[in-house]
Amino acid sequence: MAASSFRTLEATNRRETVALVVAFIALFGALGLGLDFVARDFTYVNGQFVGFPVLTIAALAFAGVQSIVSFYSGGSLVLLSVHARPLTPDTPQHAVVLDVINEMALAARMPPPKPYVMDDPSPNAFATGRDPAHAVICVTQRLVDEMDREELQGVIGHEMSHVADYDTRTMTMIAVMVGGIAMLSDFVYRWMWFGGFGGRGRSSDNNRDNQTAMLISLAVIILAAVAPIFSQLLAMAVSRQREYLADASSVEFTRNPRALLRALEHIAKIESPLKQGTAGTAHLFMVNPREGARDDNEGFLDNLLSTHPPLPKRIARLQALLGAPSSATIAHATDAN
Amino acid sequence: MAVLLLIVAAMVVWVIAAYNRLVSLRNQIDNAWRQIDVQLKRRHDLIPNLVEAVKGYMQFERDTLTQVVEARAKAVSATDTASRMAAENQITAGMGKLLAVMENYPQLKSDQTVLKLQEELTTTENQIAYSRQAYNDVVLDLNTRIQSFPSNMIATNFGFKPADYFKGAAEDAAVPKVDLGMSAPRA
Repeated sequence: MAASSFRTLEATNRRETVALVVAFIALFGALGLGLDFVARDFTYVNGQFVGFPVLTIAALAFAGVQSIVSFYSGGSLVLLSVHARPLTPDTPQHAVVLDVINEMALAARMPPPKPYVMDDPSPNAFATGRDPAHAVICVTQRLVDEMDREELQGVIGHEMSHVADYDTRTMTMIAVMVGGIAMLSDFVYRWMWFGGFGGRGRSSDNNRDNQTAMLISLAVIILAAVAPIFSQLLAMAVSRQREYLADASSVEFTRNPRALLRALEHIAKIESPLKQGTAGTAHLFMVNPREGARDDNEGFLDNLLSTHPPLPKRIARLQALLGAPSSATIAHATDAN
Repeated sequence: MAVLLLIVAAMVVWVIAAYNRLVSLRNQIDNAWRQIDVQLKRRHDLIPNLVEAVKGYMQFERDTLTQVVEARAKAVSATDTASRMAAENQITAGMGKLLAVMENYPQLKSDQTVLKLQEELTTTENQIAYSRQAYNDVVLDLNTRIQSFPSNMIATNFGFKPADYFKGAAEDAAVPKVDLGMSAPRA
Protein backbone atom coordinates (compact mmCIF):
# COMPACT_ATOMS: atom_id res chain seq x y z
CA MET A 1 0.00 0.00 0.00
CA ALA A 2 2.73 2.36 0.97
CA ALA A 3 4.76 1.50 -2.07
CA SER A 4 1.85 2.14 -4.38
CA SER A 5 1.14 5.54 -2.86
CA PHE A 6 4.77 6.44 -3.45
CA ARG A 7 4.45 5.26 -7.03
CA THR A 8 1.41 7.52 -7.54
CA LEU A 9 3.29 10.48 -6.13
CA GLU A 10 6.29 9.62 -8.25
CA ALA A 11 4.15 9.59 -11.42
CA THR A 12 2.61 12.94 -10.46
CA ASN A 13 6.05 14.39 -9.89
CA ARG A 14 7.36 13.14 -13.21
CA ARG A 15 4.39 14.73 -15.00
CA GLU A 16 4.68 17.98 -13.10
CA THR A 17 8.39 18.23 -13.83
CA VAL A 18 7.72 17.92 -17.56
CA ALA A 19 4.93 20.53 -17.37
CA LEU A 20 7.24 22.86 -15.46
CA VAL A 21 10.00 22.55 -18.03
CA VAL A 22 7.56 23.22 -20.87
CA ALA A 23 6.14 26.28 -19.10
CA PHE A 24 9.63 27.50 -18.28
CA ILE A 25 10.84 27.24 -21.88
CA ALA A 26 7.60 28.81 -23.20
CA LEU A 27 8.01 31.76 -20.84
CA PHE A 28 11.56 32.32 -22.00
CA GLY A 29 10.45 32.02 -25.64
CA ALA A 30 7.63 34.54 -25.15
CA LEU A 31 9.94 37.04 -23.49
CA GLY A 32 12.58 36.53 -26.17
CA LEU A 33 10.02 37.04 -28.92
CA GLY A 34 8.75 40.18 -27.25
CA LEU A 35 12.28 41.55 -27.05
CA ASP A 36 12.84 40.72 -30.72
CA PHE A 37 9.79 42.75 -31.66
CA VAL A 38 10.86 45.62 -29.48
CA ALA A 39 14.36 45.55 -30.91
CA ARG A 40 12.94 45.50 -34.43
CA ASP A 41 15.30 42.81 -35.64
CA PHE A 42 12.23 40.67 -36.26
CA THR A 43 8.93 42.17 -37.35
CA TYR A 44 5.62 41.35 -38.91
CA VAL A 45 5.03 43.48 -42.03
CA ASN A 46 2.12 43.05 -44.43
CA GLY A 47 1.40 39.46 -43.42
CA GLN A 48 5.06 38.42 -43.51
CA PHE A 49 7.73 37.93 -40.91
CA VAL A 50 10.86 39.92 -41.65
CA GLY A 51 14.24 39.45 -40.05
CA PHE A 52 15.75 36.85 -37.77
CA PRO A 53 14.45 36.29 -34.21
CA VAL A 54 17.88 36.10 -32.65
CA LEU A 55 16.74 36.93 -29.11
CA THR A 56 13.95 34.33 -29.18
CA ILE A 57 16.40 31.66 -30.22
CA ALA A 58 18.90 32.79 -27.62
CA ALA A 59 16.23 32.72 -24.89
CA LEU A 60 14.98 29.29 -25.94
CA ALA A 61 18.51 27.92 -26.08
CA PHE A 62 19.25 29.38 -22.65
CA ALA A 63 16.07 27.89 -21.17
CA GLY A 64 16.75 24.52 -22.78
CA VAL A 65 20.32 24.39 -21.56
CA GLN A 66 19.30 25.49 -18.10
CA SER A 67 16.60 22.82 -17.93
CA ILE A 68 19.09 20.12 -18.87
CA VAL A 69 21.71 21.43 -16.47
CA SER A 70 19.24 21.71 -13.60
CA PHE A 71 17.95 18.20 -14.26
CA TYR A 72 21.38 16.62 -14.21
CA SER A 73 23.22 18.84 -11.75
CA GLY A 74 20.52 20.83 -9.99
CA GLY A 75 21.36 18.99 -6.78
CA SER A 76 25.03 19.96 -6.97
CA LEU A 77 24.08 23.56 -7.77
CA VAL A 78 21.84 23.75 -4.73
CA LEU A 79 24.57 22.22 -2.52
CA LEU A 80 27.04 24.72 -3.93
CA SER A 81 24.75 27.65 -3.26
CA VAL A 82 24.33 26.77 0.43
CA HIS A 83 28.06 25.94 0.84
CA ALA A 84 27.38 22.35 1.86
CA ARG A 85 30.21 19.84 2.27
CA PRO A 86 30.11 16.05 2.35
CA LEU A 87 29.40 14.66 5.78
CA THR A 88 31.98 12.19 7.06
CA PRO A 89 32.03 10.32 10.38
CA ASP A 90 34.71 12.69 11.70
CA THR A 91 32.83 13.41 14.93
CA PRO A 92 30.59 11.11 17.00
CA GLN A 93 27.52 13.23 16.10
CA HIS A 94 28.28 13.02 12.39
CA ALA A 95 28.61 9.26 12.75
CA VAL A 96 25.13 9.20 14.31
CA VAL A 97 23.70 11.17 11.36
CA LEU A 98 25.25 8.68 8.94
CA ASP A 99 23.82 5.77 10.92
CA VAL A 100 20.36 7.34 11.03
CA ILE A 101 20.44 7.94 7.25
CA ASN A 102 21.26 4.25 6.74
CA GLU A 103 18.46 3.22 9.10
CA MET A 104 15.88 5.38 7.33
CA ALA A 105 17.07 4.17 3.93
CA LEU A 106 16.36 0.61 5.06
CA ALA A 107 12.92 1.62 6.32
CA ALA A 108 12.19 3.37 3.01
CA ARG A 109 13.65 0.49 0.96
CA MET A 110 15.97 2.86 -0.89
CA PRO A 111 19.71 3.23 -1.40
CA PRO A 112 21.10 5.58 1.28
CA PRO A 113 21.31 9.17 -0.04
CA LYS A 114 24.68 10.93 0.03
CA PRO A 115 25.02 12.87 3.28
CA TYR A 116 26.00 16.56 3.33
CA VAL A 117 26.32 19.13 6.08
CA MET A 118 26.16 22.92 5.97
CA ASP A 119 27.21 25.41 8.65
CA ASP A 120 24.22 27.29 9.80
CA PRO A 121 22.94 28.59 13.11
CA SER A 122 19.48 27.07 12.74
CA PRO A 123 18.44 23.41 12.83
CA ASN A 124 17.17 22.45 9.40
CA ALA A 125 17.61 19.93 6.60
CA PHE A 126 16.80 19.43 2.95
CA ALA A 127 16.95 16.76 0.29
CA THR A 128 17.80 17.11 -3.38
CA GLY A 129 18.79 15.08 -6.42
CA ARG A 130 16.85 13.89 -9.46
CA ASP A 131 16.05 10.36 -8.25
CA PRO A 132 16.77 8.07 -5.29
CA ALA A 133 20.02 6.87 -6.87
CA HIS A 134 21.33 10.46 -7.04
CA ALA A 135 19.75 11.72 -3.86
CA VAL A 136 21.43 13.92 -1.30
CA ILE A 137 20.34 14.75 2.21
CA CYS A 138 21.85 17.87 3.72
CA VAL A 139 21.58 18.79 7.39
CA THR A 140 22.72 21.95 9.17
CA GLN A 141 25.44 21.68 11.79
CA ARG A 142 23.07 23.02 14.42
CA LEU A 143 20.62 20.22 13.69
CA VAL A 144 23.43 17.74 14.24
CA ASP A 145 24.52 19.45 17.45
CA GLU A 146 21.11 19.73 19.04
CA MET A 147 18.97 16.81 18.04
CA ASP A 148 19.05 13.40 19.63
CA ARG A 149 18.75 10.14 17.77
CA GLU A 150 14.97 10.01 17.84
CA GLU A 151 14.53 13.58 16.57
CA LEU A 152 17.09 12.97 13.83
CA GLN A 153 15.12 9.91 12.73
CA GLY A 154 12.00 12.06 12.35
CA VAL A 155 13.84 14.71 10.34
CA ILE A 156 15.75 12.28 8.11
CA GLY A 157 12.56 10.22 7.62
CA HIS A 158 10.82 13.38 6.39
CA GLU A 159 13.62 14.08 3.91
CA MET A 160 13.77 10.44 2.85
CA SER A 161 10.13 10.57 1.83
CA HIS A 162 10.80 13.63 -0.36
CA VAL A 163 13.41 11.47 -2.09
CA ALA A 164 11.18 8.39 -2.34
CA ASP A 165 8.31 10.14 -4.10
CA TYR A 166 10.54 12.23 -6.41
CA ASP A 167 9.65 15.52 -4.72
CA THR A 168 13.35 16.28 -4.83
CA ARG A 169 13.35 16.20 -8.63
CA THR A 170 10.47 18.64 -8.96
CA MET A 171 11.61 20.87 -6.14
CA THR A 172 15.20 21.08 -7.32
CA MET A 173 14.11 21.92 -10.86
CA ILE A 174 11.88 24.63 -9.39
CA ALA A 175 14.78 25.99 -7.36
CA VAL A 176 16.97 26.39 -10.41
CA MET A 177 14.13 27.75 -12.54
CA VAL A 178 13.06 30.35 -10.02
CA GLY A 179 16.66 31.54 -10.12
CA GLY A 180 16.69 31.50 -13.93
CA ILE A 181 13.47 33.48 -14.19
CA ALA A 182 14.70 36.06 -11.72
CA MET A 183 17.86 36.42 -13.81
CA LEU A 184 15.93 36.74 -17.07
CA SER A 185 13.59 39.33 -15.65
CA ASP A 186 16.56 41.29 -14.39
CA PHE A 187 18.18 41.07 -17.80
CA VAL A 188 14.99 42.27 -19.55
CA TYR A 189 14.84 45.33 -17.33
CA ARG A 190 18.45 46.30 -17.87
CA TRP A 191 18.18 45.71 -21.59
CA MET A 192 14.98 47.72 -21.98
CA TRP A 193 16.47 50.50 -19.96
CA PHE A 194 19.81 50.83 -21.66
CA GLY A 195 19.35 49.60 -25.19
CA GLY A 196 15.92 48.33 -25.98
CA PHE A 197 14.21 51.59 -26.72
CA GLY A 198 17.03 52.77 -28.97
CA GLY A 199 15.39 50.95 -31.84
CA ARG A 200 12.50 53.36 -31.83
CA GLY A 201 14.44 56.05 -33.63
CA ARG A 202 14.74 54.06 -36.81
CA SER A 203 11.07 54.15 -37.63
CA SER A 204 9.75 57.09 -35.74
CA ASP A 205 8.06 58.16 -38.96
CA ASN A 206 5.61 55.32 -38.67
CA ASN A 207 3.19 56.08 -35.88
CA ARG A 208 1.18 52.86 -35.94
CA ASP A 209 4.31 50.75 -35.88
CA ASN A 210 5.50 52.75 -32.96
CA GLN A 211 2.28 52.12 -31.12
CA THR A 212 2.56 48.38 -31.66
CA ALA A 213 6.14 48.46 -30.45
CA MET A 214 5.08 50.34 -27.36
CA LEU A 215 2.33 47.80 -26.67
CA ILE A 216 4.71 44.90 -27.06
CA SER A 217 7.26 46.63 -24.87
CA LEU A 218 4.61 47.08 -22.25
CA ALA A 219 3.62 43.42 -22.48
CA VAL A 220 7.27 42.37 -22.15
CA ILE A 221 7.78 44.62 -19.15
CA ILE A 222 4.66 43.29 -17.45
CA LEU A 223 5.55 39.68 -18.21
CA ALA A 224 9.08 40.22 -16.94
CA ALA A 225 7.72 41.80 -13.77
CA VAL A 226 5.08 39.17 -13.13
CA ALA A 227 7.07 36.04 -14.02
CA PRO A 228 9.35 36.04 -10.96
CA ILE A 229 6.38 36.59 -8.65
CA PHE A 230 4.41 33.81 -10.27
CA SER A 231 7.33 31.42 -10.24
CA GLN A 232 7.71 32.11 -6.53
CA LEU A 233 4.00 31.53 -5.87
CA LEU A 234 4.18 28.32 -7.85
CA ALA A 235 7.19 27.10 -5.90
CA MET A 236 5.34 27.83 -2.67
CA ALA A 237 2.10 26.17 -3.66
CA VAL A 238 3.83 23.08 -4.99
CA SER A 239 5.95 22.86 -1.88
CA ARG A 240 3.30 23.42 0.81
CA GLN A 241 1.10 20.48 0.03
CA ARG A 242 4.08 18.14 -0.05
CA GLU A 243 5.19 18.90 3.49
CA TYR A 244 2.21 17.24 5.20
CA LEU A 245 2.73 14.21 2.99
CA ALA A 246 6.40 14.02 3.89
CA ASP A 247 5.52 14.35 7.58
CA ALA A 248 3.09 11.47 7.25
CA SER A 249 5.62 9.29 5.41
CA SER A 250 8.27 10.05 8.00
CA VAL A 251 5.95 8.55 10.60
CA GLU A 252 5.35 5.59 8.33
CA PHE A 253 9.11 4.93 8.15
CA THR A 254 9.88 5.40 11.82
CA ARG A 255 6.54 3.95 13.05
CA ASN A 256 6.96 6.55 15.75
CA PRO A 257 5.01 9.84 15.46
CA ARG A 258 6.89 11.16 18.47
CA ALA A 259 10.18 11.30 16.55
CA LEU A 260 9.13 14.00 14.10
CA LEU A 261 6.83 15.63 16.63
CA ARG A 262 9.71 16.17 19.04
CA ALA A 263 11.91 17.48 16.23
CA LEU A 264 9.33 20.02 15.06
CA GLU A 265 8.60 21.15 18.61
CA HIS A 266 12.32 21.53 19.14
CA ILE A 267 12.62 23.69 16.03
CA ALA A 268 9.53 25.71 16.99
CA LYS A 269 11.34 26.84 20.13
CA ILE A 270 14.30 28.26 18.25
CA GLU A 271 14.34 31.82 17.01
CA SER A 272 17.27 32.23 14.66
CA PRO A 273 16.28 31.89 11.00
CA LEU A 274 18.48 30.16 8.49
CA LYS A 275 21.19 32.44 7.13
CA GLN A 276 21.70 30.82 3.79
CA GLY A 277 18.10 30.21 2.81
CA THR A 278 17.41 32.34 -0.24
CA ALA A 279 14.17 32.90 -2.11
CA GLY A 280 15.19 30.23 -4.57
CA THR A 281 15.86 27.42 -2.13
CA ALA A 282 13.46 28.09 0.77
CA HIS A 283 10.98 25.47 -0.39
CA LEU A 284 13.61 22.74 -0.27
CA PHE A 285 14.06 22.86 3.46
CA MET A 286 12.43 20.85 6.20
CA VAL A 287 10.95 23.94 7.87
CA ASN A 288 10.66 27.32 6.23
CA PRO A 289 14.03 28.98 6.70
CA ARG A 290 13.05 32.48 5.63
CA GLU A 291 10.86 34.02 8.27
CA GLY A 292 12.25 34.99 11.64
CA ALA A 293 8.95 34.26 13.30
CA ARG A 294 8.35 31.36 10.91
CA ASP A 295 4.97 30.52 9.47
CA ASP A 296 2.98 30.75 12.66
CA ASN A 297 0.48 33.04 11.03
CA GLU A 298 -2.45 31.43 9.39
CA GLY A 299 -4.10 34.19 7.39
CA PHE A 300 -4.88 33.63 3.74
CA LEU A 301 -2.03 35.79 2.50
CA ASP A 302 0.43 34.13 4.84
CA ASN A 303 -0.71 30.80 3.51
CA LEU A 304 -0.30 31.96 -0.07
CA LEU A 305 3.13 33.40 0.51
CA SER A 306 4.66 30.53 2.40
CA THR A 307 6.57 27.50 1.18
CA HIS A 308 5.53 25.47 4.22
CA PRO A 309 2.38 24.88 6.22
CA PRO A 310 2.46 26.61 9.59
CA LEU A 311 4.58 24.71 12.10
CA PRO A 312 1.79 24.59 14.75
CA LYS A 313 -0.49 22.92 12.23
CA ARG A 314 2.10 20.29 11.39
CA ILE A 315 2.70 19.68 15.09
CA ALA A 316 -1.05 19.41 15.73
CA ARG A 317 -1.43 16.75 13.04
CA LEU A 318 1.35 14.66 14.55
CA GLN A 319 -0.13 15.03 18.03
CA ALA A 320 -3.43 13.77 16.66
CA LEU A 321 -1.58 10.66 15.44
CA LEU A 322 -0.11 10.13 18.86
CA GLY A 323 -3.36 10.84 20.62
CA ALA A 324 -1.40 12.92 23.10
CA PRO A 325 -1.90 16.62 23.88
CA SER A 326 1.78 17.50 24.07
CA SER A 327 5.19 15.92 24.18
CA ALA A 328 5.65 17.31 27.69
CA THR A 329 3.31 14.63 28.99
CA ILE A 330 5.36 11.83 27.52
CA ALA A 331 7.30 10.38 30.35
CA HIS A 332 9.26 7.68 28.62
CA ALA A 333 11.19 10.00 26.36
CA THR A 334 14.43 8.49 27.57
CA ASP A 335 14.11 5.33 25.51
CA ALA A 336 14.97 7.53 22.53
CA ASN A 337 18.42 6.11 22.33
CA MET B 1 -13.18 -10.35 -34.97
CA ALA B 2 -10.90 -7.37 -34.49
CA VAL B 3 -12.62 -6.59 -31.23
CA LEU B 4 -12.10 -10.15 -30.03
CA LEU B 5 -8.41 -9.98 -30.95
CA LEU B 6 -8.08 -6.72 -29.05
CA ILE B 7 -9.68 -8.22 -25.97
CA VAL B 8 -7.37 -11.25 -26.12
CA ALA B 9 -4.34 -8.99 -26.60
CA ALA B 10 -5.37 -6.86 -23.61
CA MET B 11 -5.73 -9.98 -21.48
CA VAL B 12 -2.32 -11.27 -22.50
CA VAL B 13 -0.75 -7.91 -21.65
CA TRP B 14 -2.49 -7.94 -18.27
CA VAL B 15 -1.32 -11.49 -17.50
CA ILE B 16 2.26 -10.57 -18.32
CA ALA B 17 2.12 -7.41 -16.19
CA ALA B 18 0.54 -9.20 -13.23
CA TYR B 19 3.07 -12.04 -13.46
CA ASN B 20 6.01 -9.65 -13.64
CA ARG B 21 4.70 -7.70 -10.66
CA LEU B 22 4.57 -10.91 -8.60
CA VAL B 23 8.10 -11.84 -9.65
CA SER B 24 9.32 -8.37 -8.75
CA LEU B 25 7.74 -8.61 -5.29
CA ARG B 26 9.23 -12.06 -4.72
CA ASN B 27 12.66 -10.72 -5.62
CA GLN B 28 12.16 -7.75 -3.36
CA ILE B 29 11.40 -10.17 -0.53
CA ASP B 30 14.64 -12.05 -1.21
CA ASN B 31 16.52 -8.79 -1.24
CA ALA B 32 14.86 -7.58 1.98
CA TRP B 33 15.76 -10.88 3.60
CA ARG B 34 19.39 -10.45 2.60
CA GLN B 35 19.33 -6.96 4.14
CA ILE B 36 18.23 -8.46 7.45
CA ASP B 37 20.91 -11.09 7.12
CA VAL B 38 23.64 -8.51 6.61
CA GLN B 39 22.59 -6.69 9.78
CA LEU B 40 22.37 -9.90 11.81
CA LYS B 41 25.90 -10.87 10.71
CA ARG B 42 27.15 -7.43 11.67
CA ARG B 43 25.62 -7.89 15.11
CA HIS B 44 27.33 -11.27 15.47
CA ASP B 45 30.62 -9.58 14.74
CA LEU B 46 29.99 -6.84 17.28
CA ILE B 47 29.08 -9.08 20.21
CA PRO B 48 32.68 -10.18 21.03
CA ASN B 49 33.70 -6.49 20.96
CA LEU B 50 30.92 -5.69 23.40
CA VAL B 51 31.95 -8.47 25.74
CA GLU B 52 35.51 -7.21 25.63
CA ALA B 53 34.55 -3.56 26.18
CA VAL B 54 32.30 -4.03 29.20
CA LYS B 55 34.40 -6.75 30.84
CA GLY B 56 35.54 -4.56 33.67
CA TYR B 57 32.31 -2.65 34.20
CA MET B 58 29.14 -4.66 34.32
CA GLN B 59 29.32 -7.27 37.02
CA PHE B 60 25.66 -7.82 37.59
CA GLU B 61 24.73 -7.82 33.90
CA ARG B 62 26.83 -10.96 33.52
CA ASP B 63 23.71 -13.06 33.10
CA THR B 64 22.31 -11.04 30.21
CA LEU B 65 25.70 -10.92 28.57
CA THR B 66 26.11 -14.67 28.87
CA GLN B 67 22.63 -15.22 27.46
CA VAL B 68 23.48 -13.04 24.47
CA VAL B 69 26.72 -14.86 23.82
CA GLU B 70 25.01 -18.25 24.09
CA ALA B 71 22.18 -17.15 21.81
CA ARG B 72 24.76 -15.95 19.32
CA ALA B 73 26.42 -19.37 19.30
CA LYS B 74 23.02 -21.00 18.79
CA ALA B 75 22.17 -18.63 15.92
CA VAL B 76 25.48 -19.30 14.17
CA SER B 77 25.17 -23.07 14.43
CA ALA B 78 21.41 -23.23 13.71
CA THR B 79 20.49 -25.32 10.70
CA ASP B 80 16.88 -24.25 10.15
CA THR B 81 15.48 -20.74 9.86
CA ALA B 82 12.99 -21.08 12.70
CA SER B 83 15.51 -21.97 15.40
CA ARG B 84 17.96 -19.43 14.03
CA MET B 85 15.35 -16.67 14.23
CA ALA B 86 14.39 -17.74 17.75
CA ALA B 87 18.04 -17.35 18.75
CA GLU B 88 18.29 -13.99 16.98
CA ASN B 89 15.20 -12.79 18.82
CA GLN B 90 16.87 -13.77 22.09
CA ILE B 91 19.87 -11.66 21.13
CA THR B 92 17.58 -8.74 20.29
CA ALA B 93 15.91 -8.97 23.69
CA GLY B 94 19.22 -9.22 25.55
CA MET B 95 20.77 -6.44 23.48
CA GLY B 96 17.88 -4.10 24.24
CA LYS B 97 18.35 -4.74 27.92
CA LEU B 98 22.14 -4.25 27.79
CA LEU B 99 21.88 -1.00 25.84
CA ALA B 100 19.31 0.33 28.33
CA VAL B 101 21.44 -0.68 31.30
CA MET B 102 24.56 0.92 29.81
CA GLU B 103 22.90 4.29 30.42
CA ASN B 104 23.26 3.69 34.15
CA TYR B 105 27.05 3.40 34.04
CA PRO B 106 28.73 6.82 34.01
CA GLN B 107 32.15 5.16 33.63
CA LEU B 108 30.99 3.51 30.41
CA LYS B 109 29.69 6.80 29.06
CA SER B 110 33.07 8.47 29.53
CA ASP B 111 34.88 5.78 27.56
CA GLN B 112 35.17 6.86 23.89
CA THR B 113 35.61 3.31 22.59
CA VAL B 114 32.55 2.14 24.46
CA LEU B 115 30.52 5.12 23.24
CA LYS B 116 31.48 4.33 19.67
CA LEU B 117 30.60 0.69 20.16
CA GLN B 118 27.33 1.67 21.80
CA GLU B 119 26.37 3.79 18.77
CA GLU B 120 27.33 0.92 16.47
CA LEU B 121 25.20 -1.50 18.45
CA THR B 122 22.29 0.94 18.60
CA THR B 123 22.29 1.52 14.85
CA THR B 124 22.65 -2.19 14.19
CA GLU B 125 19.64 -2.93 16.38
CA ASN B 126 17.68 -0.19 14.59
CA GLN B 127 18.77 -1.42 11.18
CA ILE B 128 17.67 -4.94 12.08
CA ALA B 129 14.30 -3.54 13.17
CA TYR B 130 13.90 -1.40 10.04
CA SER B 131 14.99 -4.07 7.61
CA ARG B 132 12.55 -6.43 9.29
CA GLN B 133 9.84 -3.79 8.94
CA ALA B 134 10.71 -3.34 5.26
CA TYR B 135 10.68 -7.10 4.77
CA ASN B 136 7.24 -7.41 6.35
CA ASP B 137 5.98 -4.50 4.22
CA VAL B 138 6.90 -6.35 1.03
CA VAL B 139 5.49 -9.61 2.35
CA LEU B 140 2.21 -7.79 3.00
CA ASP B 141 2.30 -6.44 -0.58
CA LEU B 142 2.94 -9.89 -2.07
CA ASN B 143 0.41 -11.73 0.08
CA THR B 144 -2.31 -9.17 -0.65
CA ARG B 145 -1.66 -9.58 -4.34
CA ILE B 146 -1.63 -13.37 -4.14
CA GLN B 147 -4.90 -13.47 -2.25
CA SER B 148 -6.92 -10.75 -3.97
CA PHE B 149 -8.89 -11.06 -7.18
CA PRO B 150 -7.94 -11.14 -10.03
CA SER B 151 -4.20 -11.43 -9.46
CA ASN B 152 -4.83 -14.57 -7.35
CA MET B 153 -5.54 -16.49 -10.60
CA ILE B 154 -2.05 -15.74 -11.87
CA ALA B 155 -0.54 -16.58 -8.50
CA THR B 156 -2.19 -20.02 -8.26
CA ASN B 157 -1.40 -20.90 -11.86
CA PHE B 158 2.28 -20.03 -11.58
CA GLY B 159 2.76 -21.35 -8.07
CA PHE B 160 3.36 -18.17 -6.11
CA LYS B 161 3.15 -18.94 -2.40
CA PRO B 162 2.36 -16.39 0.31
CA ALA B 163 5.54 -15.49 2.21
CA ASP B 164 5.92 -15.70 5.99
CA TYR B 165 6.17 -12.57 8.09
CA PHE B 166 9.26 -12.13 10.18
CA LYS B 167 7.88 -12.24 13.69
CA GLY B 168 10.24 -10.70 16.17
CA ALA B 169 10.69 -10.67 19.88
CA ALA B 170 9.69 -7.01 19.82
CA GLU B 171 5.99 -7.86 19.70
CA ASP B 172 6.20 -9.89 22.89
CA ALA B 173 8.44 -7.36 24.58
CA ALA B 174 5.98 -4.57 23.80
CA VAL B 175 3.64 -5.94 26.46
CA PRO B 176 4.83 -4.40 29.72
CA LYS B 177 5.62 -6.99 32.36
CA VAL B 178 4.17 -6.47 35.78
CA ASP B 179 6.90 -7.39 38.22
CA LEU B 180 6.24 -5.07 41.15
CA GLY B 181 9.50 -3.22 40.56
CA MET B 182 11.68 -6.05 41.85
CA SER B 183 13.96 -5.84 38.84
CA ALA B 184 14.11 -2.05 38.68
CA PRO B 185 17.61 -0.71 38.02
CA ARG B 186 19.53 -0.43 41.24
CA ALA B 187 20.76 3.08 40.75
